[in-house]
Amino acid sequence: MDGEELTEQETALYDRQIRVWGADAQRRLSKSHILVCGMKGTVAEFCKNIVLAGVGSLTLMDDRVVTEEAWSANFLIPPDENVYGGKTIAEVCCDSLKDFNPMVRVSVEKGDLSSLDGEFYDKFDVVVVSCCSVTTKKLINEKCRKLSKRVAFYTVDCRDSCGEIFVDLQNHKYSKQKIEETIECQLQYPSFEEAISVPWRALPRKASKLYFALRVLEQFEEAEGRSPGEISIADLPAVLKLKKELCEANALNASHVTDSLLERLIIGTREFPPVCAVVGGILGQEVIKAISCKGEPLKNFFFFDVMDGKGVVEDVSNPKKESK
Amino acid sequence: MDTIEVSNLNRQFLFRQSHVGQSKAKVARDAVLKFRPQMSITAHHANVKDPKFNVEFFKQFNVVLNGLDNLDARRHVNRLCLAADVPLVESGTTGFLGQVTVHVKGKTECYECQPKPAPKTYPVCTITSTPSKFVHCIVWAKDLLFAKLFGDRNQENDLNVRSSDAASSSDHAEDVFVRRKDEDIDPYGRRIYDHVFGYNIEVASSNEETWKNRNRPKPIYSADVMPENLTEQNGNVAKNCVVDTSSVSAMASLGLKNPQDTWTLLESSRIFLEALKLFFAKREKEIGNLSFDKDDQLAVEFVTAAANIRAASFGISLHSLFEAKGIAGNIVHAVATTNAIIAGLIVIEAIKVLLKDTDKYRMTYCLEHITKKMLLMPVEPYEPNKSCYVCSETPLSLEINTSRSKLRDFVEKIVKAKLGINFPLIMHGSNLLYEVGDDLDEVEVANYAANLEKVLSQLPSPVTNGTMLTVEDLQQELTCNINIKHREEFDEEKEPDGMLLSGWTQAPPAKDDKQSMNDKQSIGNGGDSSNALQTEPADAVKDGEMEEISEPSGKKRKLSEGSKASILDATDGTRNHKEVEKLDDDDDDDVVMFDDLDSMTNKKKRLQ
Repeated sequence: MDGEELTEQETALYDRQIRVWGADAQRRLSKSHILVCGMKGTVAEFCKNIVLAGVGSLTLMDDRVVTEEAWSANFLIPPDENVYGGKTIAEVCCDSLKDFNPMVRVSVEKGDLSSLDGEFYDKFDVVVVSCCSVTTKKLINEKCRKLSKRVAFYTVDCRDSCGEIFVDLQNHKYSKQKIEETIECQLQYPSFEEAISVPWRALPRKASKLYFALRVLEQFEEAEGRSPGEISIADLPAVLKLKKELCEANALNASHVTDSLLERLIIGTREFPPVCAVVGGILGQEVIKAISCKGEPLKNFFFFDVMDGKGVVEDVSNPKKESK
Repeated sequence: MDTIEVSNLNRQFLFRQSHVGQSKAKVARDAVLKFRPQMSITAHHANVKDPKFNVEFFKQFNVVLNGLDNLDARRHVNRLCLAADVPLVESGTTGFLGQVTVHVKGKTECYECQPKPAPKTYPVCTITSTPSKFVHCIVWAKDLLFAKLFGDRNQENDLNVRSSDAASSSDHAEDVFVRRKDEDIDPYGRRIYDHVFGYNIEVASSNEETWKNRNRPKPIYSADVMPENLTEQNGNVAKNCVVDTSSVSAMASLGLKNPQDTWTLLESSRIFLEALKLFFAKREKEIGNLSFDKDDQLAVEFVTAAANIRAASFGISLHSLFEAKGIAGNIVHAVATTNAIIAGLIVIEAIKVLLKDTDKYRMTYCLEHITKKMLLMPVEPYEPNKSCYVCSETPLSLEINTSRSKLRDFVEKIVKAKLGINFPLIMHGSNLLYEVGDDLDEVEVANYAANLEKVLSQLPSPVTNGTMLTVEDLQQELTCNINIKHREEFDEEKEPDGMLLSGWTQAPPAKDDKQSMNDKQSIGNGGDSSNALQTEPADAVKDGEMEEISEPSGKKRKLSEGSKASILDATDGTRNHKEVEKLDDDDDDDVVMFDDLDSMTNKKKRLQ
């Protein structure tokens, strides 16, 4: 991008969205750098959204080879071995994404996410991780938080026909519209580790069941050394046992987290494409808000479940640490 | 029927830069086949209102998903889906807001059970004499001045109408706008400028009554704003800019680069004259035939400039070209993310329909601000509205003066404008009063033409108090019964049409200009209301605050746990673009897809 003004090309292409968030926000977008790790269907949708929005650059990390499961819910991967053969998921997606908006620099980064140091993360304004263990999530989040520059951190995962987004904007200042005037606001976010350490009893009684169910599965996979999603119906008894233990430890009734929900999430190994679109869309919107500092971002968990059709925001934070 | 434009590419991701100008249906089909090659996709590059897409056509489908951008087409598809008994999934987005609704005959409301807000229109006098908002100036600049100068000369135009009853010397008024044979462009331009911004304002200003409670406008003359000789001024500026004749632009010519800048009165005036000059210099052939097109850069520049000068006159703040274009072009703001969310929700509902999971159908709203902890709010569908004339066949009532109103008035103002029936068949008992069709013989056509001019009570089969008329649309397979009640007097201001239709609640218009809704003398921002597009999302939506819309009586609703019956009704996909209405070409050689498979921000051009 040259200079401060949007080019004529940008103005023409982005006209309809500039009418939503303004030229200033568009300029900020064009200077932003996004890192994405773990590319399943939902993340593919997210990438499509932010490339269309006109971010400065997008870096993809996913060294897994393409399988049928990969392209079953990821529209960036054509189901053609001639195209994807020999390439990693990130590489195929990179080729497709470039097409969506030639003004965005899309590239691939290989290697192990957790081995990269703070200097690497410093290059980015936003980091989105998916399909990784709870340990890795905590690790990356901490690396981002240690930097002097604010790097927004998100996790996103979809199982069966549900999805979860976690948001950590650290200390975020933004503006929002209230009727005719613009007001300046501020939000303080807990880290991923802090958030999931909040005792379950402290959460509202009607808090989304998905939150608890996903924490149980996370812990199970971690304890068993499994990759995220590497779970089957045979594991159900062990999962239910873990659930009971966790509920007890949190002084919660075990029925608080329904068995049927856990079963459903275990059986449903694949993502459901419309859910990918919904969750990828919400995530896209959140990242745009974070970069532009316009509009109130969600804090700090988002859940979507096809069964009830609700897209719910849960604030999982320790009240003492909040400051507005 | 639409073709791909650059401004679509920020969200309609099946399309690429190289596809600009091509058929959306065809390209979308090709794009989807790339990642799902085994799918069977038929594309129709056509208007959904084409008669060939009749009830039989719709019966082929298990579910219909709409991604239309105008109310007229949506109503049409709604009626066909009802007639074919095919479930319909409707949707719409505007910026960060969106919604998905499911319509199944007999089980849920149809799309028209809850009347949708009619497009915003403005009273003539507001536009011609007492503008108070910038949009009024835009409508004046676009539908009056631009039309007068560059459009069809024979078209009736309110440009010189004044709210007073001072009779304008009509001959003189007509001449003023036409450029004389040997008149140079610069003096012509200034003459027009002075007439509309100077003289007309002075005349209007003289009427005491109008300005009793309002601030008088200030007349503006070109000599005051631009004392120097304009050619000289342009000459100086032109030296620094290379004028590209292929993309004719007054802004480029005057070195004003940024469409987001708000011009001053001086800059607006210069643009006004320069744009006028460029039309005559480079596009003379089009003059007399031009309609405003938001993608016509020079037209947008002219309208912005003219609206700004008028605004300055009336103490209204000026706006940038970017803003003016949005208003004049009824541009709906749109982003990829909201569309992706709504697209996902549409598919989820469609799958429920295919699985006949009736209890699970939901209307889902995508909110801008979290409400009751939700960004996506599902609501159970309503039962059909018993007084909906579209799906419930409940008769309507019409109060009308049967000795004074003609059949033509009934057809234009009620049947077409309110009921959306464009190819009606009107019967009184077994007597055919009026119909349209290709298969009519000369005698019938003459007969119907004659009927149109008769007052209702004088029709061959007289229509008087207590008569029941039946209005049908054969294509939509819609039958509507209307009870006629004779009434002598109507309030000229509140009921200027001299008719009152009831039994079907018309949704209230957006907050202001309530009076103008039924006002026959109103001007819409882009055409008359009978087939007008939605101009803006209703105000309810803008603050992200939920507004309760009062529910029509007799409606039961299944309450889902905790969620209120609040409805955001504004976004029925008000992706209105004020298009130049063009006739569709006969490029039906290749059968192409109707609308986008994925995204709803489809722009359709309608038949005149």
